[in-house]
Amino acid sequence: MVVRRLPFIHRPPVHRTGAPVLEASNLTVQYNGQVALEDISFRLDSGERIAVVGPNGAGKSTLFKVIVGVLGPTSGEVKVAGHWPGGHICIAYLPQRSQVDWAFPVTVADVVMMGRVGRMGLLRGATRRDREYVQQCLDEVGMSDLAERQISELSGGQQQRMFIARAIAQEAELMLMDESLSGLDIPAQEHIFHIINMLSQRGVTVMLSTHDLNLSSEQFDRVMLLNVRLLGLGKPSAVFTPERLRQAYGGHLRLVETEDGVMVLGDTCCEAS
Amino acid sequence: MDGLIELIVGPLSYPFMVRGFVAVVMVGIVCATVGTYVVLRGMAFFGDALAHAVLPGVAVGYLVSDGARGTVFWWALGTAVLAAIGIGAVGKGAQVKEDTAIGIIFAGMFALGIALISTVRSWAVDLAHFLFGDVLGVSRSDLWLTGVFGGIVLFTVLVFYKEFLVLSFDPILALTLRLPATALRYLLLVLIAVAVVVSLQTVGVALMVAMLVTPAATAYLLTRRLSRMMALAAFIGAFSGIAGLYLSFYIRVASGAAIVLVCTALFLLALLLVPGRGLAWAWFQRVRAKP
Repeated sequence: MVVRRLPFIHRPPVHRTGAPVLEASNLTVQYNGQVALEDISFRLDSGERIAVVGPNGAGKSTLFKVIVGVLGPTSGEVKVAGHWPGGHICIAYLPQRSQVDWAFPVTVADVVMMGRVGRMGLLRGATRRDREYVQQCLDEVGMSDLAERQISELSGGQQQRMFIARAIAQEAELMLMDESLSGLDIPAQEHIFHIINMLSQRGVTVMLSTHDLNLSSEQFDRVMLLNVRLLGLGKPSAVFTPERLRQAYGGHLRLVETEDGVMVLGDTCCEAS
Repeated sequence: MDGLIELIVGPLSYPFMVRGFVAVVMVGIVCATVGTYVVLRGMAFFGDALAHAVLPGVAVGYLVSDGARGTVFWWALGTAVLAAIGIGAVGKGAQVKEDTAIGIIFAGMFALGIALISTVRSWAVDLAHFLFGDVLGVSRSDLWLTGVFGGIVLFTVLVFYKEFLVLSFDPILALTLRLPATALRYLLLVLIAVAVVVSLQTVGVALMVAMLVTPAATAYLLTRRLSRMMALAAFIGAFSGIAGLYLSFYIRVASGAAIVLVCTALFLLALLLVPGRGLAWAWFQRVRAKP
C-alpha cells in the first residue's frame, strides 16, 4: 500500500481555495486481492454532515482509510482541499471503540493533547497555549471536569466526546467517525449530535459510518449508501428507496411499504468488527 | 541498629560490589524505562527473542578477542541492532505468522551462539556468564559503556516522549498527524536492543526479559499515568537491582537470578495488594459482602 515517505519535519500542503473539502473520482481499491471499493465518485462541501451506511464488508472502513491517507487507491484519486490526503494534518479519524486500549495509562487530557502533537513539531513539548487549547476543547464537548480521569473510567458517550475533543484539538476540518454511535443510549447520541451540529456550523465536515438507517435519515444532511459501489448519495428520502436498499442489503433487510413511505424493520448485521 | 548499618555498609567495602551496585542501578533504570513501552505495546516476546538473538554476536566477539569485555560489547551491540531491525521487518509479507517467524529466528540464532562458544575449550563457565550474567565481574570501563549508552537510551525516550506515546496508543493517529511512524517504530526497536546489550553483563541473556517487563508491569498495576508509570518502573528496577545484589551477597545465590526474583516478588505483592484492584482487595470485598 502506498504511504508516501514524509520529511523529518512535516509541512502540510496549503489548502487550495475553491476546491471542495473532499472529492473522490473513480476511486477503486483492491484489498488483499478483493475489490473493496469500485468506481466511487463524489464531492462534499465544507460543513456537511454525511452518514455512510451499508452492510458489513461494504467498504465503509476502507473508504475512511483512503480518505485519511493511510491507504492508497488502486486507481482513481481522492483529494482533500485540492491535494492528496496523505499530506494533510486536518483530517481526524475517530477509532471504533473496540480498537482502543482503554487500560492504557493516559488521562482524558493526555488523549486530547495528542491531537496537538502534529502542530507542535518534533523535539518540542506542549506549551501553555497548547494546554489552554486542550482545556477549551474539553469545554466544548462538556468534559472539562473529567480532564484528569483515566480513560477506562469513561462511559461510552464520554469516550466518543473525548475523541471529538481530540479532533477539535487537531484543528480538523474533516472528521471521520467510524461507528461512533453504536452502543450508545439516546441521550448520549443526542449530546454527540449537538456537538456535531456545532462543528458543522463552524465549517467542519463530518462523515459518520453507521448501521442505524433511522438515525442517518433524521440527523444528517445527506446519506451515502455504499456496497462496494456507490449506490446513492443525497437526501435520505431520495436515497433510501426500496430498490436501492435491496441492492445494498439483499435479503438482510426487511422492508415494509406503508402509505407514509418505506419502513425498515431492521438490519440483521451489526456486530461492529 | 549498628548491626543493620553494618549489614548495609559491609558489602560496600568491596570495590567489585560497589561497581556491581552502580551497574544494577543503571541497568534497572534503563531497562524499566524502555520496558514501559514493551509492556504497553505487548512486545515481551520480541524482547525475549532479541536478548537470545544477541548470543551469536557475543560469541563472535568472545572468539575474536579471547574474551575481552569491550570487544564483546561492540559485537553484541551490532548484532542486537541488526536483529531488532530484522525481527521488526519480519511479518511483512511473510509466509508464516509473525510470532512463529520470531520464534524460528530467535531459537536459531541462540543455537548458533551456543555452537560458536562451544568450540572453545573450557567454555562452560563463560557461557554461563553470558546466559545468566556476571555482575560482580563488571569493570570500570564496562560501567562507562553502560552509562554512556544507557544515557543515550534515556535521552532518546525523553526527546520522543510524545511521539512514542501517540504511536503506542493510536497508530492511526500517528499516521494522520503525519508523524514518521515507521522510523519511530524502528527507533523504539533499536532502543530496546541497546537496553538489552547494556544489561547483558548484569542479568544475562536468559533473564533479560524480566528486567524489561517485570518492573514496568508492576508500575502498570500501581498507576494510570504513563509518565508516573515510567518513573515508578525505573525506581522498582533500580531497587530490585540493589536488593537482589544484597541477597546474593548474604545468601550466596546467583546475582542475576536474585535480582529477577526480587522483581517478581514485587510484582506479586502489587498484584495482591494494590488498593481497589488487587486480588486481596477483591477477596476482602467478597468476604465482607457475605452476610
